[in-house]
Amino acid sequence: MAQTRTGRDVAVWAPPTTRARRISWRKRLAVAVQELLPLLVTIVFFAPFLIMVSTSFKTPDDAFRFPPRIWPQPWTFENYRRAVDAMPFLRYLGNTLLIAGLAVLGTLISSPLVAYSLAKIRWRGRSALFILILSTMMLPPQVTMIPIYILWNKTPFMGTFWPLIVPNFLGSAFFIFLLRQFFMGVPNDLLDAARLDGASELRIYIGIVLPLARPALATVAIFTFVWAWADFLNPLIYLNDPKMYTLSIGLYSFFSEHGIEWGPLMAACTIFSLPLILLFMVAQKQFLEGISLTGLK
Amino acid sequence: MAAPARIRRRSSASPVFVGLLFASPWIIGFLIFQLYPILASAYYSFTDFNLFQSPTWVGLENYRALFQDDRFFKGLFNTLYMTVIGVPLGLVLALLTALALNTPSRLQPLYRSIVYLPTIVPIVAATYLWRWILNAQYGYMNLWLGRLGLPQPLWQEDALWTKPALILIGLWMIGGTTIIYLAALQEVPRSYYEAAEIDGAGWWSKFWNITLPAISPVTLFQLVIGIIASLQYFTQAYLFAQTRLNTASGGPGDSLLMYGLYLFQNAFVFLKMGYASAMAWILFLISLAITLVVLRLSKYWVYYEGE
Repeated sequence: MAQTRTGRDVAVWAPPTTRARRISWRKRLAVAVQELLPLLVTIVFFAPFLIMVSTSFKTPDDAFRFPPRIWPQPWTFENYRRAVDAMPFLRYLGNTLLIAGLAVLGTLISSPLVAYSLAKIRWRGRSALFILILSTMMLPPQVTMIPIYILWNKTPFMGTFWPLIVPNFLGSAFFIFLLRQFFMGVPNDLLDAARLDGASELRIYIGIVLPLARPALATVAIFTFVWAWADFLNPLIYLNDPKMYTLSIGLYSFFSEHGIEWGPLMAACTIFSLPLILLFMVAQKQFLEGISLTGLK
Repeated sequence: MAAPARIRRRSSASPVFVGLLFASPWIIGFLIFQLYPILASAYYSFTDFNLFQSPTWVGLENYRALFQDDRFFKGLFNTLYMTVIGVPLGLVLALLTALALNTPSRLQPLYRSIVYLPTIVPIVAATYLWRWILNAQYGYMNLWLGRLGLPQPLWQEDALWTKPALILIGLWMIGGTTIIYLAALQEVPRSYYEAAEIDGAGWWSKFWNITLPAISPVTLFQLVIGIIASLQYFTQAYLFAQTRLNTASGGPGDSLLMYGLYLFQNAFVFLKMGYASAMAWILFLISLAITLVVLRLSKYWVYYEGE
């Protein structure tokens, strides 16, 4: 019996090994692809960041070495000093922070208010208004850009921050849509109970709905900040005094003077991007949820 | 007798009034920054208007002149090039990236974040960074292409290669679409795949017959958004064509003269506000027409659950 078993063992043992080996080889390949492919893709997306940061620490000779090397030799902070000196960097930073901060404030004051009216106040005409708001998103901004410019040009506010800030206080169709979808999920019973107790709509809005909507408001605030921080076209049109420049426009005019000096330019790009990258690292959840919530980037 | 009535009125102050009051910021914004500009823009498009003198009525002259303007057609061609090649390529690559990242790896959240990261970088910084990477002599791109034995194009000087360069920059920033595809892939019911496996379906067959149709509504939405955004293409081209003199340029041989860029030039460099307004309306009609065609054709390839 033992021999039969051994014999059988031997007989059975041999073919499965090849099969087992083949399977394990295939499995190993699949695992390798599953583990390596995403890593490879990620490296491709990450490489430009490495190039930006590495160039920003290189001396001019090193930056123009061919073939280029990622590791700077020697390391220098000179580019950062030059970038910060060449444009009134702190002023631009202050301007950008002020504009982005006020944009966030304006959006947080106006957009949820309108969204609440669309989602939770029962009034005739609210669905018509909702459709009107959605349809304005279809219109290319180029159509309204010129008359809005001409309009501001007739006021004393041309060349100030006002044209960049005021529209935020009047609500943005996209964020109104996003917040309306969120408010629809707040149970009506809760609000009706408060209404029966005599609470005004404003009180219900501030006391009940806004606290519940904190995650959605955080998403809205973050996207408003990022867009305002990086905006190029509007500051380009409305700001003409170099003292009023944002970082976008500051970097743009820095390029026209230092276009060939890649070290200082990459240093400026790094400083300009860093706050948003840090913000993303802190608030990843709000970013990624915001994208999945709306299907927009 | 009057007092209770007043109280009742106050506690249930007409809902239309309260609703409009809450919505008033947007309504005011709409009247000033949308409705008036739309009407004004339509009017300007029939006028000759240089910002300093009041507009003079010229009828259809701007529209007629546009159809004889070579740069108008050049801009239209460049923009359609970006849309027809760039948008589908971006969608395909975003989907492939999402498929690559759709693994059970513990590092997946990290991968996802890094792929999304380029979309956070301000457009000005991103464009300059790529002008460095694509530098014909010292840049990394041509270094690697050379090592792979591939041709090393003059990305910023050769009119044939400037638009592919812009498309390349766009492909770096597909992270948003990738995230959306990743979420969509994870929502395809596992049972579909299991049923197909029982029938002996292979990887490709599962992808073609299950995955693609299941995520087709996402593809349609991203396609429409992508086309509309691409038709308004401006900033990257403007910065990629920027020379040291800082003038709004169309790049080598006007190869970067996008429709939006030419519109900007007309409005803010040549101060031809009427002409630029006419261009804006034609852009709107083109966007509307393309969107409607895409939506109409979508019934042949988009599948909704429950159908």
